Amino acid sequence: MNRLYSELQWLPRAPEAFARALKALANSAGPLGRELQVLALHGLDLNQLTKLAKVIAKARSDGKSLDPLVPFRLAVLSNSTIDLTVPALVASAARHGIALEVVQPSYDQVAQEALTPGSMVNASRPDAVLFALDYRALPLKLSLGNAEAASATVQGAIGYLQALRDGIKSNSKAVCIFQSFAPPVEPLFGSLDRALPGTLRSIVDAINRELAALVFGSGDVLLDVASLAEIVGLADWHDTQLWNLGKFSFSDELIPLYSDHVARTIAALRGKSHKALILDLDNTVWGGVIGDDGLEGIQIAQGDARGEAHLAVQRMALDLRLRGIVLAVSSKNTDELAREPFEKHPEMLLKLDHIAVFQANWNDKATNIQAIAEELSLGLDAMVFLDDSPVERGLVRKLLPQVAVPELPEEPAWYARTLAAAGYFEVVTFANEDLQRAGFYLDNARRASLQKQAGDVDAYLASLDMTITFQPFDATGRARIVQLINKSNQYNLTTRRYTDPEVTAAENNPEVFTLQVRLADIFGDNGMISVVICRPGEPGVWEIDTWLMSCRVLGRKVEQMVLREVLEHARHAGIHKLSGTYLPTDRNKLVIDHYPRLGFTKVAEEGSGLTRWELPVEGAEPEGAPMKIVSNGFRTPKEILTV
Amino acid sequence: MDEPQIYARLTEIFEDVFDEDSMIITPELSAKDVVGWDSLTHIRLILSIEKAFKIKFSTSEIGKLKNVGDLVTLIQARA
Repeated sequence: MNRLYSELQWLPRAPEAFARALKALANSAGPLGRELQVLALHGLDLNQLTKLAKVIAKARSDGKSLDPLVPFRLAVLSNSTIDLTVPALVASAARHGIALEVVQPSYDQVAQEALTPGSMVNASRPDAVLFALDYRALPLKLSLGNAEAASATVQGAIGYLQALRDGIKSNSKAVCIFQSFAPPVEPLFGSLDRALPGTLRSIVDAINRELAALVFGSGDVLLDVASLAEIVGLADWHDTQLWNLGKFSFSDELIPLYSDHVARTIAALRGKSHKALILDLDNTVWGGVIGDDGLEGIQIAQGDARGEAHLAVQRMALDLRLRGIVLAVSSKNTDELAREPFEKHPEMLLKLDHIAVFQANWNDKATNIQAIAEELSLGLDAMVFLDDSPVERGLVRKLLPQVAVPELPEEPAWYARTLAAAGYFEVVTFANEDLQRAGFYLDNARRASLQKQAGDVDAYLASLDMTITFQPFDATGRARIVQLINKSNQYNLTTRRYTDPEVTAAENNPEVFTLQVRLADIFGDNGMISVVICRPGEPGVWEIDTWLMSCRVLGRKVEQMVLREVLEHARHAGIHKLSGTYLPTDRNKLVIDHYPRLGFTKVAEEGSGLTRWELPVEGAEPEGAPMKIVSNGFRTPKEILTV
Repeated sequence: MDEPQIYARLTEIFEDVFDEDSMIITPELSAKDVVGWDSLTHIRLILSIEKAFKIKFSTSEIGKLKNVGDLVTLIQARA
């Protein structure tokens, strides 16, 4: 078995004192979330995961707080024994910042639970339902060489899965997480199995293809277990003896890996995936030390075994950038020396243009990473730090436990694979804006330097030649809206997370006022940067349920413009008052003064820090900003009155 | 590996699986003597032992196990 995967080798090994630390934690008053997460961030085996889950269960039953872990209720429906997996899921979720509660109905009650309105699963109002099914859950009949019968079998299986989804959707509205099916190991003919219709292999392949197409873009999620099983090897994945002994659908040694993948998916649903990759340079991006070996001495060439390993790291970084991950550099070097290979080495794939923030100095790396996070307006928990040096990794883990720091093996050939195996950048949707994001941050750095030159903020804003576009929610923007709702932490007044179906419901409800905002400027299109949802409160009042903004456009007076737009629509709808709430989290301090700055009056304050604000629509005239306004897709005042 | 060594290693594994400190592992010890030794924990115990001693038991061997003594005999035959 490949230990990178079975032992989660991107995580540091559990300390000797793991069990003792866990016991001490069990006796502390809490909140326990932060320390539980630190303990979970080791390559734990099944017994260790089970112990950790026990501490979490005990804390929960004792009424202790698990803050700041984010609560999530997952129902698991399976045709196999998942009792050993459930504690591993809970512990792995803590690793990803989630306080997971698992709803586990009796063995093999998949259809009953999904289809019955008042079933245990539906009644528990889960956030998501995981269909942990393997191919033995499906009615698969061999029909060798008979394409028509094979297709009927595939459609039958897909129909069954669709019926399960429909059951959950009509009864509980939870997000459905489907699993692709790990193909069985044993061939019938041999290589022919892949091509011949009606073999188990070709049927399972076809089901996986259809299932992926069915789930993609639907708001539900596919957990690609087939790919995971292929990566570790199907012969290691399927343990026939364990299936016979206790109906375990895959090897116990892979429960930690599987559970980590489920936890990643949940974290991604909650918008917790990482957004930036910070690279060390010497012996990470290239072989050797630029300060000692010089431009000619570092190893980075094609054809050089060591150099190719580092080129693979660069290629992976570039590919990540392509999908919207921001790249930064943190290196202990003089700035000039560190930039030299980027500028002059012909074999370097990474160029200075790809790097949003370049920190080469002699400060400690924790300080540098903090500076990078600030410059990018991203949280530390959005950062991944790749460094070959165990000392630097240890220091950053100790001083900045929120930053993800993968362990790396001695051999650089495995660096890229190890980074990929850790799955830091797992997401469940992909919007067009992602493609451009890495560029946005670079443009932002340029805007910042322009601001320094411009001096006067209003003159600077005018020089940006901005166009702001307002639209109600629509199908085109939905993926990005869902993404913003689930990812925005800092400029977010209430941090309410909504799934795709919930956003669709708001979009279709004429009582709810929704707003998606885009911003373009001389540097390019920023894409969608703000989302507002107002729900009807008391008669004549709109409750601002959600108001969030991308930090990329901070300081551009976008919020004033958004308020002006909201007020205009409120007037048309006969609304006389806006009511707003600030729900504090440990990440949204930035907006504590959002409402007072916009002229709202405080009407309530609670001990938790929650504040409520009001603004009369009549006479409210927030200051504008120099930008062109485009507003389209809204119903006219006349249409509103006829609702 | 001699018998005392096997018992010492088994004690560590039992403590790990049952999450108990200072367990006393004797040849006569069996499932009815230990709180929480149900069928699932039994499988987790067997899997942990297989991993620790780097051996694999057959399905029928697992079925025949009555107590710790049987287990030790089996390990001695394999390890």
